Amino acid sequence: MNLKLKALTKSIWVFHVSAASCNNCDIEILDCITPRFDVERFGIQLVGSVRHADALLVTGIINRKTVPRVKRIYEQIPKPCVVIAIGQCALSQHMFRFGYNAPQPLDKILPVDVYIPGCPPKPEAIIDGIVKLVNKIRKNK
Amino acid sequence: MRQLFDYLIFPGFLFSAVVGLLAGWVDRKVTARIQWRVGPPWHQNFTDILKLLGKEVIVPEGAKWTFLLSPYLGFLSVVLVAAILGKSIIFPLEGFVGDLIVILYLLTIPAIALIIGGSSSRNPLASVGVSREMKLVLAYELPFILSVIVVIIKSAGAIQISQILNHQINFGSNIASASGILAFLTALFCMQAKLCFVPFDASEAEQEIMGGVLIEYSGLLLAIFKLTKGISLYTMPLFLIILFWAKDLNPLFLIGKYIAILVIIILIKNTNPRLRIDQALRFFWRLPTLSAVIAIVLALFGL
Repeated sequence: MNLKLKALTKSIWVFHVSAASCNNCDIEILDCITPRFDVERFGIQLVGSVRHADALLVTGIINRKTVPRVKRIYEQIPKPCVVIAIGQCALSQHMFRFGYNAPQPLDKILPVDVYIPGCPPKPEAIIDGIVKLVNKIRKNK
Repeated sequence: MRQLFDYLIFPGFLFSAVVGLLAGWVDRKVTARIQWRVGPPWHQNFTDILKLLGKEVIVPEGAKWTFLLSPYLGFLSVVLVAAILGKSIIFPLEGFVGDLIVILYLLTIPAIALIIGGSSSRNPLASVGVSREMKLVLAYELPFILSVIVVIIKSAGAIQISQILNHQINFGSNIASASGILAFLTALFCMQAKLCFVPFDASEAEQEIMGGVLIEYSGLLLAIFKLTKGISLYTMPLFLIILFWAKDLNPLFLIGKYIAILVIIILIKNTNPRLRIDQALRFFWRLPTLSAVIAIVLALFGL
C-alpha cells in the first residue's frame, strides 16, 4: 500500500451534505465528534469547505431540488475521494419511495462507497461503516 | 551553501516545520482535553500535510495567477523569519543592523498572502473573509508595533536583535518591569490575532463563512497554507520570547518558555467565543493600544 493512500485513510476530512434531511442523521453525525465517541482520535474532522474534504457524508432524501446540487458538490471535491450514504433515506428512499418528488436513491447519482443504514444510524454504526470503508480502501490497493 | 542550509534545514524550513506541526498537535490535544475528549495522535498534523500533498489541486474558473503564487509568498517569508530568529539565538553576533524591522515586515506578509490569495479566488465568501482579514491587520498592527517600540526604548534604541538579547542578558528580562509586562500582554493579544486564533478568527470562521479566505484552496496549496500557519505558531512565540523574556536562553529554559506561551494562547483560544470583526477592531484600538502607549511612557521614564 502506498504512502499517499495510507495518509488518506489516517486523516479523513469530512464534508457534510445535508440533502433535504429531517435532521436526525445530521445530529447523529455530530454525535460522532462529541467526547463520548471522539472520531478526531482517528484524524476525522468536519470541514467547512468542499475543497478541503476527502469524504462526502450524504444524508437525507435526494429529491428533484437537491439532485443537481449534490452532483455539483461531487464535482467540486478534489479527487481521491469517497462518498458515504448515511441513513435509510439516502440508501433506499425509505418512506418516500413512492413520493412524487423523490426520483432515485443516492447510488443512482453518485458512486457510493459505503452504505450506513438506520433511521437514524447510531454513532457506533457510523464509526463501524467508516472502519469498513478504510479496510476496503486498504485491501483494494 | 551555508545560508542555504540555514534557510532550508536547521533553523529554517525543516526544523521550524517540524516544531510548528508538533505545536499544532499540542494545540489540538489540549483543546481536546479541555473538551473532555482524547484528541489525535502526535503525528496527526504530519499525516494531514502528507495527505493534502497527494490530493488534486483545483483552480477555480477565472482565478488569477496570484491564486497559485500567494501561498508560496507567505510560506517563504515566514520561513525566512524562522531562519533569522533561529540564527540570532544560536549565533547572537551574526545579526545585521535593523533585522528587527525586517522581521516586523516579514511577519505581516503571511496575512497579505492570505488577502491576495483569497481575493483572487473569485469566491464571495472568500472576499468576505478577505475584508475581515484586512480590517484585522489594520487593528492589530498598531498595538503590536507600539509594544515593539517599548522594547526598543528599553534596550537603548537598539534595532538589532542581538543587541536586544545582550541588553536583556546584562540587565534582566524586559518582562520583569512594569512597562515590559504591559507591552508583553499587548503583544500576546496581537499574536493571538496574527495566528488567527479564536477570539480573532473571524476571517477564517469555519461555521459562518466556511473557511473564509481558504475556501477555494485544495491539495498542495492548502498544505502550504497549513504549513505557514504551523511555522507561524513556532515563530511568533519565539519572537515574543526574544523581545521580552530572554534573560537566559539555554535550550531547556527556551523550550519551557515556549510551551508556557503556547499553553496561554491555547487557553485563551478555548475559553473565548469568536468576536465579530467590529468588536475585534474596537478591542484592539482601545485597550491594547492604550496599554501600549502607557507602556511607552513608562519606558521613557525608565520603569
